Amino acid sequence: MNSSKQRFGQVSGMVFAALVYLFLYLPIVVVIVFSFNASRMNIEFTGFTLAWYGIMFQNASLMSAFQNTVIVAVASTAFSTLIGTIAAIGMYRYTFKGKGTVDSLLYIPIVIPEIVMGISLLAFFSLLHITTGLLTLIIAHVTFSMPFVLITVRSRMAGYDQAVEEAAMDLGATRLRTLRRVTLPIIAPGIMAGAMLALTLSLDDVIVSFFTCGINSVTLPIKIFSLVRTGVTPDVNALATVIVLATILVMILWHLFEKRSAKQEQAV
Amino acid sequence: MRNIGSKLFLPALLMVGPVILWLAIFVVLPLIYVFVISFLAKGLYGGIVATFTMTNYARFIDSFYLKIFLVSGWIALLTTLLCLLLGYPFAYIISRSPKRMKNTMVMLIMLPFWTNSLIRTYGWITMLRTDGVFNKLLMGAGLINHPLQLLYNSGAVILGMVYTLFPFMVLPLYSSLEKLDRSLLEAASDLGARPYRSFWRVTLQLTTPGIFAGSIQVFIPTLGYFFISDLMGGGKIMMLGNLIENQFLAARDWPFGAALSIILILLTIILMKIYRKVGFSMENLTS
Repeated sequence: MNSSKQRFGQVSGMVFAALVYLFLYLPIVVVIVFSFNASRMNIEFTGFTLAWYGIMFQNASLMSAFQNTVIVAVASTAFSTLIGTIAAIGMYRYTFKGKGTVDSLLYIPIVIPEIVMGISLLAFFSLLHITTGLLTLIIAHVTFSMPFVLITVRSRMAGYDQAVEEAAMDLGATRLRTLRRVTLPIIAPGIMAGAMLALTLSLDDVIVSFFTCGINSVTLPIKIFSLVRTGVTPDVNALATVIVLATILVMILWHLFEKRSAKQEQAV
Repeated sequence: MRNIGSKLFLPALLMVGPVILWLAIFVVLPLIYVFVISFLAKGLYGGIVATFTMTNYARFIDSFYLKIFLVSGWIALLTTLLCLLLGYPFAYIISRSPKRMKNTMVMLIMLPFWTNSLIRTYGWITMLRTDGVFNKLLMGAGLINHPLQLLYNSGAVILGMVYTLFPFMVLPLYSSLEKLDRSLLEAASDLGARPYRSFWRVTLQLTTPGIFAGSIQVFIPTLGYFFISDLMGGGKIMMLGNLIENQFLAARDWPFGAALSIILILLTIILMKIYRKVGFSMENLTS
C-alpha cells in the first residue's frame, strides 16, 4: 500500500517535470519548425523547404546584425575574462584595505535592474558626447559580464593550494613565469567557466544592448525586436535555428569538457 | 602559509585596480549622473536644463503613473508567485532524482536559457496569435468556433515573464534544496513527524534563503523587462520598464525617466537590505 503510494508520487513527479520541460522547450521547437516552412508567413505550415537557410545570407541587415552580435560577444568576453581573471587572482592572493568595498562594488552591476544599467550608460555616453555604436556596446557588455567572471573564477579558486606557487618560486621561477606555468594551468577550468558565462550573458542580452547600440550597429536580438512588430520572415527563424543548435552543441561539448577535467582532478 | 606577500600593495593594486577603475567609471559615475539629472528640469526640445527641481518626483502622485506602478507591482507579484509555485516542486523533484540524472536535468533547464530570450518570446507569439498554432489546433479539434484572443493582455505578459525568468527561480531553489542536510529529515521522521509535517517544518524552513533569492531575482527584473510587456502585451500593458524606456527614447524626458529609475534602484536596495538582514549570503544571487 505504502509502496504503491510512493510509486504514484514518483510517477506524478515525473509527469510534472516533463510538463515543465515541455513548457520550456515548446517556443524553441516552434521557431525551429517554422524555419522549414515553405510559406513566407509564419502562420500556417504549408510545406517543407530548406530555402530559408540560403536566403538568410542575402538578408544584408540580418547578416550585419549577426556579425555585430558575434563581434561584441567575442570582444567583451575576451576583455572581461582577461581583467576579471587577473583581478580574481589578485583578490584571492592579497588582503588589502578596502577589499570589502571592492566586493560591494562588484555586486552593483549584478543586482541593479538591467534597464537602469542601460539608461545610465546611455545618459553617461551622451554626457561625454560619445556616439553609440559597436564600441559602446562592447563597453556595456564588459561592464555587466566582468563581475560574473571575477566571482566565478574566484569561487573556483577556493581550495587552490598556493604552496605550489611557493615551490615554483623556490625553484627559481619568476613571478610571471609562475603565473604562466603554474597558476594559470591549474585555474584554467574556472577561467573557462567564467568566459562561458560572459559569452552567454553577452549573446542573451536584450535590454542593455537596446540602449547602448547605435542605429547602424544593432545586435541580432535588437533586430528581431524591431522585426517582431512589423513581421518576421522565416529566414530569421533559420538563423535563430542555426544559433540555437550551435549553442546546444557548444554547451554539450563544454559539459563533456567539465566532466573530463573533474575526473582528472579526482585522479590527481 | 596562505596569502604569500599579503603586504605587497603594488601588485594587488595592479591586478585589482583595472576592475575597480572600470566599475567606477562605467557603473558608479553613470548612476550618480542619473541621480543628478533626476533633480533637473527637462529642456524644451528634450534636453536637460541645469535647474534644481522636485517636479520629476512630484509627478509620481499623478493617478496615471500611480496606476502604472500598481499594475507593474501586481504583474511582478503574480509572476513571482507563479514561478515559485511551478519552480519549487520542480526543483524538489530534481533534487530527489538519482545523482546521474540530476546534472542532465539541471542542464536541460539551462539550455533554453542560453538561447536568446527574444527569440523565445517570438516563439510564444507564433503560437498564441489569433491565427497562431494554438488557435488553429483548437479550431481544428472543434473545441472553439472563433479564435481566442490569447495575446495582448496581462495574462500573456505574465506568461512571457514567468517563462523568461523561471530559471532565476529554479536555480537558487535547487541549490538550497541540495544543501539541505538529509539527516535532519530522517531525524524528523524518527521522532514521529509525518512527511508533510517534516516538509513544512524542516524542508521549507531551511530553504527560505533560496525562496527569497529566487523571488528577488524574479520580482525586480519583471518590473524592468519592457520588451516582454511590449511584445506579449502588444503595447497595451504599460509597466515601469516601458515607462522608463519611453522617457529615454520616445518622450525624451530624461529627468523624469531618471527619477523613475531611482525609484527602481531604491526598491532594489530595500529588498537587498532585507535579504542581507535576514542573514542570507549574496553568493546565492550569482548561482
